[in-house]
Amino acid sequence: MRELDKKAAEAIEKKAPLGPDINIDAYAEKPPIHNKVDDLSTLPDDDKDVMLQAGVDVNEAERSGSYIQKDSSAVFSFSHDDGLEVIPIREALEKLDWVHDYYWKLIAVDTDKYTARAHLDLQDGYVIRALPGCKISFPVQTCLYLEREGSTQIVHNIVIAEEGSEVHIISGCAAAAHATKGLHIGISEFFVKKNAKLSFTMIHHWAEDMIVRPRSATIVEEGGLFLNNYVSMRPIKSIQAYPTTYLEGKNAVARFYSLLVGSPGSEIDMGGRVYLRSEETRAEIISRAITNGGNIIARGDLIGEVPGVKGHLECHGLILNGGFMHAIPELSGKIDGVEMSHEAAVGKIAQDEILYLMSRGLTEDEATATIVRGFLNVDIPGLPSKLKAEIDRAVQLSQKDVM
Amino acid sequence: MLVIEDLKVRLGGKEILKHIDLVIEPGETHILFGPNGSGKTSLLMTIMGYPQYEVVCGKIFFKDKDITDMSINERAELGIGMSYQRPPSIQGLKTRQMVHLCGRNGVDVDSLASRMNFTDFLDRDINVGFSGGEIKRSELLQLMAQDPDLLLFDEPESGVDLENIALIGNTINQLLERDVKGTADKSKKEIMKLRTKMGLIITHTGFILDYVTADKGQVLFDGILACRSNPNAIFKQIKEEGYEECVRCAS
Repeated sequence: MRELDKKAAEAIEKKAPLGPDINIDAYAEKPPIHNKVDDLSTLPDDDKDVMLQAGVDVNEAERSGSYIQKDSSAVFSFSHDDGLEVIPIREALEKLDWVHDYYWKLIAVDTDKYTARAHLDLQDGYVIRALPGCKISFPVQTCLYLEREGSTQIVHNIVIAEEGSEVHIISGCAAAAHATKGLHIGISEFFVKKNAKLSFTMIHHWAEDMIVRPRSATIVEEGGLFLNNYVSMRPIKSIQAYPTTYLEGKNAVARFYSLLVGSPGSEIDMGGRVYLRSEETRAEIISRAITNGGNIIARGDLIGEVPGVKGHLECHGLILNGGFMHAIPELSGKIDGVEMSHEAAVGKIAQDEILYLMSRGLTEDEATATIVRGFLNVDIPGLPSKLKAEIDRAVQLSQKDVM
Repeated sequence: MLVIEDLKVRLGGKEILKHIDLVIEPGETHILFGPNGSGKTSLLMTIMGYPQYEVVCGKIFFKDKDITDMSINERAELGIGMSYQRPPSIQGLKTRQMVHLCGRNGVDVDSLASRMNFTDFLDRDINVGFSGGEIKRSELLQLMAQDPDLLLFDEPESGVDLENIALIGNTINQLLERDVKGTADKSKKEIMKLRTKMGLIITHTGFILDYVTADKGQVLFDGILACRSNPNAIFKQIKEEGYEECVRCAS
């Protein structure tokens, strides 16, 4: 810990290479302490409504466990499944020695000022662990909820899918309906062990003056699968993230899917990077971005380091009502025998598609909305159909605001 | 009834239809013949209302309404529908949703699809990676859901394999109410008189004539409807002597 403290202290002013630099001290409102709740249904209705839109079900129907953090306080943390542990990270660091084997192991604490601050001013976060061989039947839900206007929320999450386990997580990040301004710093470290399967679906439901700086990394061992879905359709001031995955064991697979909407005033810089470091590893990064007047940078980076790996990158962007779209796909092969490809397209909705739908009786607006919905409807192999249905529902709820 | 009067149409500044007069009565199906580039597809697209086809003069009436300046979707709502030869594909829009949209959510998509032998395609993106024949079946499936009164078919048999050609032909017959049979209280002839569906079918190969009994044939040549006659007779003439001779005979 002392070593971490020292490194973090040295990096406290270190600017990130990407995204606008943020003065963290401008978000200094002190978050209130929220008391723990025994039952999520006792949360205020306003909170529930927002959480629902971020994919969080306070009735916990068909959920294996939940972690809810309001501002800096972990207010609820529970597992309904014997094969699943859900623990607030402060408690875990205090009581469980093994957690230290995972804390700051995939991300360097001195990466930038945000990681440094996340260590020095850690508020809370979750540790979710699926025990070896356990298939967790229902998704686990987490919600990071910012209520205090002008404050900073700092979380650190650790997710471990032990050997042969399977777990699906829905993570909703949301600002309260009345909160417009805030800063969220989130560190996430994912460990997918041998033959384990982890899907992580993050739905962002922030506000027009929110700054978000996630820092996340994943390691996937032999035969493991990591599925990462990211949906951000609500206005946001700035988000910059470049989650990185290391495929370290034979046959490990990573798939990234992002749906992004950039509203006027939004600055979105979202990437995905996968190191293919072991034989027969595979990676796919797919992003669909629409700008309604915001700025979107969609990055993708595949690095093939051994022969026989396969990877594909796809960035598709639509400019609907002005705005800026920059697709930056990168591939680097470091040896013979890697197989990687990319496909990038930035454009507008094709007129012939609109006219085709109009000739079936749709108005021009209905036709446009139908095409946009289709554009955002990406098939995600390996995702349980119920979870897919939930993502679709969240996308549709968000779309109401967009169109 | 569809009435086209003295229609002149430009596409990209070039005159592609020079002078078209055409009447399709309720219950009638016409076959449209013509060599490549004669303007057959342009005529269908103009009737459907595609804005790039600029009507320079003339009028189009449908169900006694002047539709010359109507938008595509207004025409669709009035009862005009089209089966395209090469429709665009739309990523992420499932065929199932598309058929729902065509039927304004009031149709049983699964039962229609099973009639069209198309069940396996319902959860695929519309037209993405479809073969020529699959596109034709998908188009007919959409028209079945849409159920228009005037149906425009652009080469409905092109690219269709022998196994499916009868299916396509018989479906077009159904859509156009050509497959009627006599009943206990009405003769076939009486039922035929009550038909309202109108059809305009472009065919290149003439295969469709083996299945669809059309009332009239039209030959479009160089932007003008040059001949009007029995469709089978026209087709025979074209097959034996080509379009040049067919047009010369007409003029």
